[in-house]
Amino acid sequence: MTIVAESSVLPERRGTVGRLSDFLWRHPHMLLAVLLGPPLVWLGIVYLGSLFALLLQSFFSIDDFSGLINYEFTLATYGQLLSETNLDIILRTVLMAATVTLASALIAFPIAYYAARYARGKWKALFYLGVMLPLWSSYLVKIYAWKLILAKEGILTWFFEKLNLLWLLDAWLALPVVGGNSLSVSYTGTFIVFVYVWMPFMILPIQAALERVPTNLIEASSDLGGTPAQTFRYVLFPLALPGIVAGSIFTFSLTLGDYIIPQIIGSSRLFIGQAVYAQQGTAGNIPLAAAFTVVPIVIMGAYLWMAKRMGAFDAL
Amino acid sequence: MTTAVLFDNVSRHFGAVRAVDRVNLQIAEGEFFAMLGPSGSGKTTCLRLMAGFEQPTGGHIEIFGETAEGVPPYRRSVNTVFQDYALFPHLSILDNVAYGLMVKGAGREERRKSAEDALAMVKLPGYGTRRPGQLSGGQRQRVALARALVNKPKVLLLDEPLGALDLKLREQMQEELKSLQKSLGITFVFVTHDQGEALSMADRIAVFNEGRIQQLGSPEEVYNQPKTRFVADFVGSSNVLSARLCQKLGLRAAFASLRPEAIAIAAPHNGALSLSGTVVAQSFLGATNRIVVDVDGARIAVASPAAHGIPSIGSPVTISFAARDLHPMEDA
Repeated sequence: MTIVAESSVLPERRGTVGRLSDFLWRHPHMLLAVLLGPPLVWLGIVYLGSLFALLLQSFFSIDDFSGLINYEFTLATYGQLLSETNLDIILRTVLMAATVTLASALIAFPIAYYAARYARGKWKALFYLGVMLPLWSSYLVKIYAWKLILAKEGILTWFFEKLNLLWLLDAWLALPVVGGNSLSVSYTGTFIVFVYVWMPFMILPIQAALERVPTNLIEASSDLGGTPAQTFRYVLFPLALPGIVAGSIFTFSLTLGDYIIPQIIGSSRLFIGQAVYAQQGTAGNIPLAAAFTVVPIVIMGAYLWMAKRMGAFDAL
Repeated sequence: MTTAVLFDNVSRHFGAVRAVDRVNLQIAEGEFFAMLGPSGSGKTTCLRLMAGFEQPTGGHIEIFGETAEGVPPYRRSVNTVFQDYALFPHLSILDNVAYGLMVKGAGREERRKSAEDALAMVKLPGYGTRRPGQLSGGQRQRVALARALVNKPKVLLLDEPLGALDLKLREQMQEELKSLQKSLGITFVFVTHDQGEALSMADRIAVFNEGRIQQLGSPEEVYNQPKTRFVADFVGSSNVLSARLCQKLGLRAAFASLRPEAIAIAAPHNGALSLSGTVVAQSFLGATNRIVVDVDGARIAVASPAAHGIPSIGSPVTISFAARDLHPMEDA
């Protein structure tokens, strides 16, 4: 028996598939084009195209008497956007998004750190399950569940009562702006639910970033005399920053655009998402709705530019 | 003579695994000390115990007379050159080197000056503005060395620092490390699995196997008089002669070691010992030929100068060696 093959080149495989695989092997760029073409068309035309069509609307205006759209380029709609009421909505939404993002990052970091550094095997699987599980159930169900939890007759009030801490809750609710009749109709309630709902989007990118930090960098910092606080500040945090920024893009932009949570939980004052919903639905003012959607895009653009300027992506 | 590092019956167990098992050693100040052994032999764990990344599960460690147990790495004046260098990817080379001074609160100007001096010392002046990703392996190695030395450590730990370099660069770095150690007078503790590296650089060598020190001595001692079969085999691949062969040669020992280069393929001179056998394998290694001779079923390797020619396979030969080259050993 010989262990050497009989010919040095195997015969060509017959049929279209055989010829096609030979052809694609010789022309790897063709394969890339075939694979990348459809999604690029989707992204370019359907996704970005519709977005630009929407943005174009923001340069039109609405006729106050007939309620019809006037297809002439004008900045009047943007003038309307900058009115006091609308600026209030924008400011309220941006502040909410910023605090939600900050709180999410603060809560997510230790969880992500544990998952990346210590959890192994079974515990790691449990971590992913725990983080992802809330994403699998309906968003509306979760929000209504929170409404019950935060209501005046809800479990949270009951809990504070049992702990004899009701005075603390009442004191908080008596505060201006963040307070209200109960948690479910206060900004505090809106904030809690936002943080809860977007948390997985903050934990996972931070965990991925921390996972990529080699343990020996932490050891090297310690070896060179860095205390744990210094190691965090000069090594761990800068290297995790791209993950934190990625997570904050999710939490920030999702909060900027959401219109359901503030509608169900919180005071009746509008957020950007609700304003868009109201303008394009009830009011039929598509140009103003479009102008409102430009706001988050501009804010996110400015945010990313600032993050890059501050070196958030240097470790990538 | 001051003791730089003292291990008194030190153990480090991970569950049932005895990574380091009752190790005793004493490293003198200014010494170039090598810990040699195969992977998993406990040498790196010993280094990590000195650095403070691991705490012993038993025994006592002293560094310059001070108890080291419970002292975190950042309070030890011991610095490490890591196996894969562990340079901070988000910092420039200068900031990497100055890191130790920065966390200790040195001023910006002092930091810059010291870091530049350290870079000049490792022959990388003017590389400060680059990033670790822009340097070659050998250059990163030098940066790691500068980053450790800039802190003026009392003990410098090196964890297989030359492992990732190619042969030429490795030989060059060996010489540089050696001369750097001599000029600085810092105690170097060096972990390696390369016996050639340990022999050529170290003042003393501890040979590790399965968490224990098999032999501790000068390179000459470890090479010429291996105490155990493991040392004979690991350091320079000595021939290990069984009790039966020892008896035949008039030596009362369970095992004996015999260096391939101590054997000649020739009739014995006065007082020399000899064995006869058959050539079973041979290969050309450049300066020498490696010839394997079968003596009553035992295979004995001979390093014969290339100039002496190669006997053909299957030919009967007589091998001879001086009695003093045959070293009795303790155990298997």
